[in-house]
Amino acid sequence: MLDFVQQLVSGVALGCVYGLIALGFVLVYKATEVVNFAQGDLMMLGGFFAFTFIGMMGLNYWIGFAAAVAAMALFGMLAERVVVRPILGYPQFSIIMATIGLGYFLRSVSGMIWGTDDFKIDTPFSQGVLRIGSLVLAHDKLSVISATVILCALLYLFFNKTTLGTAMRASSENMLAAYYMGIPVKRVVSIVWAISAAVATCAGVLLAPITFIHSNVGLVLGLKAFPAAVLGGFGSIPGAVVGGVLIGVIESMAGFYLAEGWKDVAPYVVLLAVLLLKPEGLFGLHLRKKV
Amino acid sequence: MRFLFKTDYEDDIRLFPHSGYVVSYGVLLAVLLIAPYVLSSYLMSQLVFVCIYATVGVALLILTGFTGQASLGHAAFLAIGAYTAAYLQKYNVPFPVYFLVAGALTGLIGAIVGFPALRLQGIYLVIATISFAFIVEEILARWESVTNGNEGMRVKALSLLGVTVSRDSPTFYFLCLAVLVLTIVGTLNLLRSPTGRAFVAIRDSETAARSMGVNVALYKVKSFAISAAITGFAGVLFAHKLSFISPEMFTLQLSIEFIIVILIGGTFSLHGAVLGAIFIVMIDPFLTYLKDDLPGIIAGIAATFGAGTQSAANIHSKVAAFASLNGLKGAIYGLIIVLFVLFEPLGLYGRWLKIKLFFQLFPLYKRATFKRQKIYVKSERNR
Repeated sequence: MLDFVQQLVSGVALGCVYGLIALGFVLVYKATEVVNFAQGDLMMLGGFFAFTFIGMMGLNYWIGFAAAVAAMALFGMLAERVVVRPILGYPQFSIIMATIGLGYFLRSVSGMIWGTDDFKIDTPFSQGVLRIGSLVLAHDKLSVISATVILCALLYLFFNKTTLGTAMRASSENMLAAYYMGIPVKRVVSIVWAISAAVATCAGVLLAPITFIHSNVGLVLGLKAFPAAVLGGFGSIPGAVVGGVLIGVIESMAGFYLAEGWKDVAPYVVLLAVLLLKPEGLFGLHLRKKV
Repeated sequence: MRFLFKTDYEDDIRLFPHSGYVVSYGVLLAVLLIAPYVLSSYLMSQLVFVCIYATVGVALLILTGFTGQASLGHAAFLAIGAYTAAYLQKYNVPFPVYFLVAGALTGLIGAIVGFPALRLQGIYLVIATISFAFIVEEILARWESVTNGNEGMRVKALSLLGVTVSRDSPTFYFLCLAVLVLTIVGTLNLLRSPTGRAFVAIRDSETAARSMGVNVALYKVKSFAISAAITGFAGVLFAHKLSFISPEMFTLQLSIEFIIVILIGGTFSLHGAVLGAIFIVMIDPFLTYLKDDLPGIIAGIAATFGAGTQSAANIHSKVAAFASLNGLKGAIYGLIIVLFVLFEPLGLYGRWLKIKLFFQLFPLYKRATFKRQKIYVKSERNR
């Protein structure tokens, strides 16, 4: 039983990271109907930025964290301006390819800048553990879980309660109509990219104590975040986190109870099953085209 | 400029619209046939890879370019073809048999993948095919009794009609070329048949195709099966060319390379597959060449513009250090993809058509001829 709970907690912590990356997908998808295949790589880059500020320049953890988030928000806007804006409105395939190319580029360039070694960021949560009875919970995992909950709640409120959030939802439904209604669609899109890059950075920094930062981490985790986003129904903020947690738990349970090899495949098997049985996901809206 | 006067449908779907085509393709074929006796063995080897990649490119074009179903899982189909060949070869099955069996099996699996794909569109389909490819990769690594796991399988030289054909021999090249040409001709014929027209109709608008009486589900599955089968054939050749296969060769990376093939070549014409394959196979030797020679060239230019010997040597070593950085190839790949999507979405073949039209219409050419329409209203979510 204790094993089970322990696996459950580490699964939830891992799942929260997937959820955070999936949140990035969902944000961009919600606002622009673009699926950003480079989301994992934005996370990786955020981790490297934080490593540079904290590990190399010796800044305080929280200041370094904030600086990395700010820098990545700017970077997200830049990426949107250079890569995505010129092809908004073209078929999805072009945009998917463009973001795959962007991911490739970021991965290789950060490999060139920071090398291919594993990096570790010293965090205030690296050491401590919380003991509840005989259950041992590491602080780094708890920090991931609580940060995910806070971010998810903030983003949910932002999207549903603020004017800017409403504008984002409007421009995702129909960019042209939103534009006619006086919504500055271009600015909205670029803000969304900034937010999603910032969320990705949070994921990257929180992840650093658990799995190390290296140039391929984005590809590995980014691809695991897809099942999370799909399971939650692409386009639902709580859905992304719930999906991420489910995928994380499934993965860690499969790793513990099933034969070797299932751990890596399980998320994709679940994904295919979800796509087959309920393509709109757990929280997705089921929409039909009216002719 | 030549005006083609078409009087009936037969004229419209002719494979060679006029004699110019026969001449130019005849010359191309002749060049390809004498190539092994002229080119170096390294270039020949690259040419074989061009043939294999182009075959996969044609397969992917059928699915992505003409039926509109994006797939990032073609490395898995290639792997299934390659492993079937390697497995059957162990039991002394003759080449023609396992070649056909590999294609048939891959086609069958393609159809099976196609069924769930019926309900999926756009991004969901991409994700589903990625998952499929991951699962196949993991199965190949774990099913050790058949695939030998991560240790990989050796593939013996193929023997055709009792003659052993080594992977570097001209005969092997001719075999790959024959497969490519047959695939292209077959695909051209397929595309001008009712099936091909149904594919294109589905790509352009599924709703419209359905209301015209096209059985969308059937044709999507067909498209998946045909595309997978061709990829399976290519997989057999791929296995023989490499003579050793292991699961880590068939990763997402390879699937992305295949997509790059058609993206760079152009997704609207079979020419694109071939041009893209040439591009992706030849970029490697080209980058290596740059890596070796670029420092010298740049230092030479610097010296001509009055840099001293000391600073020229300095520049030389700096450029050399930059060129030998590890991730440079990946960065260039990524950059190429982004630049093509942004500036030449029609690919290399589109560029060629534009240049051709420019000279045909000179001085009346308008850039707007090839301008794509942007659609801001269509929400792909509510299809």
